[in-house]
Amino acid sequence: MKTLQRAGLALAAPVLALVVAGIITSLVLVAAGDDPAAFWETMLAWPENRSLVNIINEASVLYLSGLAAAIGFRMNLFNIGVEGQYRVATFVAAYFAAQAFLPGYLNTVATILVAMLAGAAWAGIAALLRVTRGVSEVISTIMLNAIAVSLVAYLLRKVGSREGQTIVTDTVPQSGWIPGISLFRDSVTDMYGLVFLAVLAGIGFSVLLNRTRFGFDLRATGHSESAAVASGVDVKRMVIYSMLLSGAVAGLIGMPNLFGVSHNYGSTIQTGIGFAGIAVALLGRNHPLGIAAGALIFAYLSEQANPLGILAGISPEIIAVTQGVVVLCVVIAYEVVRRYRNKLEQRAVAEALEAPGPSKEVTA
Amino acid sequence: MTDTTTTAAAAVSVRGVGKRFPGVVANHDVTLEVRPGTVHALVGENGAGKSTLMKILYGVQKPDEGEILVGGETVHFSSPSDAIKHGIGMVFQHFQLADNLTVLENVVLGAEKLHGIGDAARTEIRRISDAYGFGLDPDELVEDLGVGERQRVEILKVLYRGAKIIILDEPTAVLVPQEVDALFENLRELKSQGNTLLFISHKLDEVRAIADDITVLRRGTTVTSVKPAEVTQHQLAELMVGEELPSPSTAESTVTDREVLEVRDLQVDDAQGRTVLSDINLTIHAGEVLGIAGVEGNGQTELVEAVVGMVRPTRGVVELSDQDVTSWGTRQRRESGVGYIPEDRHRHGLLLDAPLWENRILGHQTRKPSVKGGWVDKAGARIDAQRIVHEYDVRTPGIDTTARALSGGNQQKFIVGREMSGDPKLLIASHPTRGVDVGAQAAIWDHIREARRRGLAVLLISADLDELIGLSDSLKVILRGRIVADYDPQTVTPQQLGAAMTGAKTAGEEA
Amino acid sequence: MTVSAPESSAALVKPTAARSYRIWIYLAVLVIALSTTRIFTGADDITSSGTLRAAVIAAIPIALAGLGGLWSERAGVVNIGLEGMMILGTLGAGYFTYHYGVWVGLLGAAVFGAVGGALHALATVTFGVDHIVSGVAINIIALGVASFLAEALFTGLPGGGPTQSPSLDRPPTISVPGLSGWTESLEDKGWFLVSDLAALLNVVVSQLSLFTLVALVLIFGTGWLLWRTPFGLRLRSCGESPSAAETLGVNVYRYKFVAVTMSGALAGMGGAFLALVASSGYQNGQTGGRGYIGLAAMIFGNWRPTGLLTGSLIFGYTDAARLRSGGESVHALLLILSVALLAIAVWQLVRGARLAAVLAALVGGLGLTWYLRTDTIPGDFTQMTPYVMTLLVLALASQQLRMPAADGQRYRRGEAG
Repeated sequence: MKTLQRAGLALAAPVLALVVAGIITSLVLVAAGDDPAAFWETMLAWPENRSLVNIINEASVLYLSGLAAAIGFRMNLFNIGVEGQYRVATFVAAYFAAQAFLPGYLNTVATILVAMLAGAAWAGIAALLRVTRGVSEVISTIMLNAIAVSLVAYLLRKVGSREGQTIVTDTVPQSGWIPGISLFRDSVTDMYGLVFLAVLAGIGFSVLLNRTRFGFDLRATGHSESAAVASGVDVKRMVIYSMLLSGAVAGLIGMPNLFGVSHNYGSTIQTGIGFAGIAVALLGRNHPLGIAAGALIFAYLSEQANPLGILAGISPEIIAVTQGVVVLCVVIAYEVVRRYRNKLEQRAVAEALEAPGPSKEVTA
Repeated sequence: MTDTTTTAAAAVSVRGVGKRFPGVVANHDVTLEVRPGTVHALVGENGAGKSTLMKILYGVQKPDEGEILVGGETVHFSSPSDAIKHGIGMVFQHFQLADNLTVLENVVLGAEKLHGIGDAARTEIRRISDAYGFGLDPDELVEDLGVGERQRVEILKVLYRGAKIIILDEPTAVLVPQEVDALFENLRELKSQGNTLLFISHKLDEVRAIADDITVLRRGTTVTSVKPAEVTQHQLAELMVGEELPSPSTAESTVTDREVLEVRDLQVDDAQGRTVLSDINLTIHAGEVLGIAGVEGNGQTELVEAVVGMVRPTRGVVELSDQDVTSWGTRQRRESGVGYIPEDRHRHGLLLDAPLWENRILGHQTRKPSVKGGWVDKAGARIDAQRIVHEYDVRTPGIDTTARALSGGNQQKFIVGREMSGDPKLLIASHPTRGVDVGAQAAIWDHIREARRRGLAVLLISADLDELIGLSDSLKVILRGRIVADYDPQTVTPQQLGAAMTGAKTAGEEA
Repeated sequence: MTVSAPESSAALVKPTAARSYRIWIYLAVLVIALSTTRIFTGADDITSSGTLRAAVIAAIPIALAGLGGLWSERAGVVNIGLEGMMILGTLGAGYFTYHYGVWVGLLGAAVFGAVGGALHALATVTFGVDHIVSGVAINIIALGVASFLAEALFTGLPGGGPTQSPSLDRPPTISVPGLSGWTESLEDKGWFLVSDLAALLNVVVSQLSLFTLVALVLIFGTGWLLWRTPFGLRLRSCGESPSAAETLGVNVYRYKFVAVTMSGALAGMGGAFLALVASSGYQNGQTGGRGYIGLAAMIFGNWRPTGLLTGSLIFGYTDAARLRSGGESVHALLLILSVALLAIAVWQLVRGARLAAVLAALVGGLGLTWYLRTDTIPGDFTQMTPYVMTLLVLALASQQLRMPAADGQRYRRGEAG
């Protein structure tokens, strides 16, 4: 099949999903008595420089979250626990960084590694439960999310100190801070220095998946577990490696913010990134570039929706509806497109190989 | 051979029926008459067209030509419901039963209006069960039933819906001898109560024990119809298999005395604890093709899986080149030079939704040319995939085509090409030319012969006697999980093979 | 005369008769254990009628969610979206109760939940999307819809706000006169076993919410419907062997669709119970994972309504104990759990499952040590109780159970299963 045709089909689903989501959002707004026109005006306005920076920052964090989820999804392993893994990892990292065992940027690098280890360990619990007791990782990771919230809150109380309304860990030494990158002079916020972490992770993910044997095994197991087993794959081992890797990437989610802006872990840490990442992964069909696009789209939607209350009198919560509908529409659309594409391909193959003469096949 | 038409209206009459599929003629000019109140057996090899004919009779397929009469009336079935209305019921070879439901629930499903789902249904089921001696308890879980009992549930299902003509597709394929005896008791009882039975099988000893009439099908058409008393088992085997002797290879023997595969005292039990393979001993040398002949379902699949490493044997040893690999996993065995052409290419041989060049990597993830170190060598895989496509005449627009889009035959050719790459020491080929056209089949055989000349050892499982006799250096026959015969392909006759495969005994045969 | 064929060696517990005896025995052991623990630790609240009543109230939403999961999975569709459907239910209950009263509120909750269920059915049955993916997507949508609509519907109402509804009427409760008072006084005596049983009885005869009755009718009604009617047989066959069902003329798609939509309605009703009986109105985030806990209860109950109810009561009980007297009760529970785990370790050792025995002994031993070295459990840890319980239950139960054979499989018409 021609590449153009392939690309066209690949884009058809998300575009269709966005359009449908847009229509449904407008309908919901009308039902709630709000003005859809005002909604679209606010959403489609070109973002201010400050918003652009926010979008990039938000997208990079969402991207990491989407990658973490996608590693599992590629193997039909549903790691819904990205949220919990991210919390545990960020907390452990903040605490570790504040201890300053190492100087300057060495500390930063070490902290990132620690974050990945902590995220992996938290995900590993679910992996163990699945491999030894057959517990569905969907439920166990969701439970671990909730447990993480309480556990981290407890530990925070033990090691943190009060700062106004919140409790925070000790501040990371300044020598380890990653300076922001100023994209626009008139922007109040800077782009996270560690945005590049997201890019690196994306490249790593792509390389791992497409160019390593491990990645092949992972994708094969996702395609057809029986064929993978016949080809020599040890499924239990793959489950463990895959979950650990997924948790490790989840550990990275909090790093740009930790070293760029907040410099500690506080009880007001951003929540919901884990779930948004799952949505983004689904939107991007678990593909490194697709996830990037998805992350940008979601970040754009969230950021543009902020002033909805002031500018249009609409609750910004509506954007959560849009995002959710996009996800559902896109997964349905992907399924439909997939089946259509299979049919097209079979037809193309039959046409390209007009069987010459009566070739009698041996009946099985 | 005598004609079996009688003056009374036949229960089922098939006249000149034909059915074609793309590239395959499954049936042509099939004619048979089933007398009412008899057991009529339809025999033939795998691929002779029996299943297609039965599907036509049950309304799952429509015939392209010819006509079918039930009780003297011409009928046209467009779905199984039509067949059921005419009193035809079919017991499929692969049972359609829900394990976690009871016998009662499985039987009444879809027919709840007949007797409800409570005590009335229970009573009716018991009545049928007692009338024919099935011994089934309506409230027992199907999961707890043995294979013979499950089959009786399937028979009960059709009787419950009022069938008088019952088609049984290879009913004894999955039964052990005692279960076969039990089934035949039931069938005789059914017959004595006026039912008509159409019995498809290739097990000639059983067929002669139960049938009143036998029709032989070969290559899609009826050869003849006989009565069991009029024909010996050998004659039947001969009719089934045909008189053509495939020309055995006259080339020099390439068999060395270096052992590549040795299997000792192998026993494999299934998940329920039944022994499906026992006392298996075999040795294959470099440059030797060992053919295992046997009707499907006699343990070949388990033998293959045990050698490949997908199944752990209950007892026994597997050795590759004098190394004990019994505890090795599949990957390790493949890495040490084992190629595997699986029987079920969709489940075990291909990633259907991946392009062809990625499928080149499957099974060979740790070796060149697909993989260098831990890295996938995309270029290497693509080049080699192209080579395979060329050498094995795989009809595809390109190596980026999804595997699913290729026809079954081309998929198979690609798999064969892949497994023969990388100089394997041992090739396990399970039905390697299934669904492949004759020209490509010959080409694959040539590739195997060439590799054999270079020292490849091959374990060949096949239901195609031409293939077995043409390729093998030594031939064993597997029946009900045991090796029952050993032959020299150069001297064996089709009758001997057919007889051994089906459990008959020939007078004075060489073991 | 028939020759009996060799028996299948898969010897399994015959469901019906033998099983119900075992359940009574387990219950008796449990009651005795609890009573003993109460006397031993002095934590009187663990078997008080207040706690038991709170346990029932905490259990019912979980049970209804689990019942929804049961309907769906019995037809072969995994429903992770129960949490979202429950959220929609809480919203529906909040809105409709405020304007039209509790019974319309219940109905509205069911309808809202059913909409979520229908969406899931559309995605999985009609379009063949992976069940888990669809469920996750539904959860995301439901969260968004609920927070948006809550703000739109409740802001400006007296007592309401963007994240909560005004205080709502409660459904009526009933009490049996005479028995109600008698059981109370018996309970107060504090006698071993007798008082505990009295407390149990008190829950049923005093201040029993009508919604609880509705829930129980739904639970036992499901048992009757699915196991004793043709409709139920066909529905279950779709989850056990859709291809067999198809060959027998069952419209598999239709039954799956109905089952999944119903599962949404039930989860929605669970939400209504949560909002109206367990709380005093709609609150953002009040479901707190109960949709998932309901699934765990369903698994624990082996996909049967009575087992599901038992599982929910266990979860409800631990939640209630924690809420009422926090640290002290959970501390006492820790003792029971640790002892139970050690008992399991011994049992596994006898069966020869050494790894499992070691793991159980390890966790049980840790728990026991923790119990002995502390007086109470800190607040953060008691918060975790329902979730840790879920993990424990799943880890212990998962392997012995039997889910519907075709559960979770993508089913397309015409494909051999």
